[in-house]
Amino acid sequence: MNFEIILHSGLATGTILLFAGIGAIFAERSGILNLGVEGMMLLGAMAGFSVSLSSGNAWVGLLVAMFAAGILSLAHGLVTIHFQADQVVSGLSLTFLGTGLALVLGEGLTGQNPPLIPDVSIPLLSQIPFIGPVFFENHSILVFVGYLFAPLSWYYIHKTRPGMHLRAVGQKPSAADTMGISVYGVRYFYTFVGGCLAGLAGATISLSVSPGWYSSQTTSGQGWIAIALVIFAQWNPLRAALGGYLFGAIRRGILDLQGPALLFGFANPLYVNSNLGFFLQMTPFLLTIVALVMGSRAAARKRLGSPAALGVPYVRGERGH
Amino acid sequence: MNLPFSIRFEKRTDDVPKWLPAATAIGSVVIAFLISGIVLAFIGGEPLRVLKFFFEATFGNWAVFSDTLVKATPLIMIGLACSVAFKMKLWNIGAEGQFYAGAFFASLVVLVPLVPPDAPKVITLGAMVVMGMIGGAIWGFFPGFLKARYNVNEIITTLMLNYVAIFWNNFWIFDKWSDAGFQMTPTFPKTAWLPRLADLAREYPVFSGITLHVGVVFGIIAAVIMWWVFKRSRWGYEINLIGDNPEAARYAGLNITRNIILVMMVSGALAGLAGMSEISGVVHRLQEKISAGYGFTGIIVAWLAKLNPFAVIIVSILFGALIVAGREIQPAGLAYLLQGIILFMVISSDVLLRYQVRIVRKEQETV
Repeated sequence: MNFEIILHSGLATGTILLFAGIGAIFAERSGILNLGVEGMMLLGAMAGFSVSLSSGNAWVGLLVAMFAAGILSLAHGLVTIHFQADQVVSGLSLTFLGTGLALVLGEGLTGQNPPLIPDVSIPLLSQIPFIGPVFFENHSILVFVGYLFAPLSWYYIHKTRPGMHLRAVGQKPSAADTMGISVYGVRYFYTFVGGCLAGLAGATISLSVSPGWYSSQTTSGQGWIAIALVIFAQWNPLRAALGGYLFGAIRRGILDLQGPALLFGFANPLYVNSNLGFFLQMTPFLLTIVALVMGSRAAARKRLGSPAALGVPYVRGERGH
Repeated sequence: MNLPFSIRFEKRTDDVPKWLPAATAIGSVVIAFLISGIVLAFIGGEPLRVLKFFFEATFGNWAVFSDTLVKATPLIMIGLACSVAFKMKLWNIGAEGQFYAGAFFASLVVLVPLVPPDAPKVITLGAMVVMGMIGGAIWGFFPGFLKARYNVNEIITTLMLNYVAIFWNNFWIFDKWSDAGFQMTPTFPKTAWLPRLADLAREYPVFSGITLHVGVVFGIIAAVIMWWVFKRSRWGYEINLIGDNPEAARYAGLNITRNIILVMMVSGALAGLAGMSEISGVVHRLQEKISAGYGFTGIIVAWLAKLNPFAVIIVSILFGALIVAGREIQPAGLAYLLQGIILFMVISSDVLLRYQVRIVRKEQETV
């Protein structure tokens, strides 16, 4: 039980949720609910791992991972934007599709050793006591990308003109349409962005944070946790980043409880009977539910909600937009 | 492009022809098979041989067809579980967890034991059915309650509870009820086994080795009851109304909070019954991985069947076959892929139910 290690690990695993969560925020802000994050992440994890192996360059793998998941997300875009299908069912089928594709194309990748995204330390900053080792030492480059990406995303959504268009399309598509913004175009674009980021999250797992290809165990439900994180974060990228880091740290802390023989001076029951560890493994999922309840209640209290047009297809000239 | 005609989508004003939903469903499956075949050919497989193998391994003779039906059995119940929830636009994707909860609670009858070990078969099995349904209903209650009371997204809560149910089961089979350190409980006594056709092999040798068990009857009875509920009962009407138009339902004075919780519990109970049927009819003990992803496949079954209870039975047989064949077809993810494509095709084809495709000649248009 070392606080520094727990925080360090929380930042690393939290980066996965950060990318996937912010990707989902972009899509949902435009009014597209994509529940296929888990499938897109798994496809990204597989594509990144596989291409890094064949090309010998982890960065190429990363790019292909983003592109593959982005293309997959366009299937969801086509079905929900043009065909106006139910977004929940389409997202679920995207999960199946992504998982299936990843498992079929990922045959035989287990146990391979492709080049990975390197870990680095930031000179000077890593010298700061406590903060240095936790935030700036021996982290994947992607963790540092995450530090910059969350505030930039927040700035983009809230302070720039395209960000304003994005929010308008998610809140009141008919008004955005009147102003000459292409509702379909914006929705396709951010669905694609969401897919790319989910792919990046997947490749962050397989090429960096916990490298390797373990078929469907690679993502192990983190795509779903990312979707819950969006609600907890109330569609705010900064809150999503904090939530992701916190979640990662708690997850690591809980697992570390199993290590010591003594806990607060008492015999550690988890050490004596390792089967009790199953209850520890449950906790991230129970925590997600707790976070969701808290998020929902806070949203109700502050009258903050999801983007008004989330999950509603837009048809020009129809009432109710 | 300067084509002499243009294709237009027009909103349907008349009723959808009766045959069209079934036709789009069948068409979706056929197209999904074609696409999967192309993917398979692309990665160097032989689609036609796989297809031939698929039919031989699933419908080839009575023994394999019985295997197909055995896999279809939990799918029927879970397909119904999803149908009832989806009718009310409650996205219960926690059937997998409710299935495990049902299996666990039903096992308690034997493992605790809740009935004396020498109790008659009818009592033991009856208790297991009741406990299985209670277990599933409890697992459905929590998401229903959170949704109804705090408007918490049920998709996430049901999904998270899937993981919780699996870890919960693991604890008991690894720890308290582990069979000599193996990750399973001891085999249940015969009084806790659902009757199988193979049990009749002594009188009717035809049935030897036929594993089909009474669970399939549970599924059919459940389908008939759900059909009656949807078509004939007042409650079914309420569910439909709330699903189609919650505002109107609220004005009509329906208790939406109560119905959300109730529907989630009924949905959970059906999935729990599937769990009971699986451990009592097939594995005869509680162990890891008793579900071949039934909880997720059931979602597709319900959707492909357009939430019609009898269609659920037919679709379940197809997907049962997919599971049977999927165990042997390489690569292993192919069955998943096929399911995903089928579901995509089904929801895309729904556009044909809402729109008419008309081909209009350009000259006409200008007139």
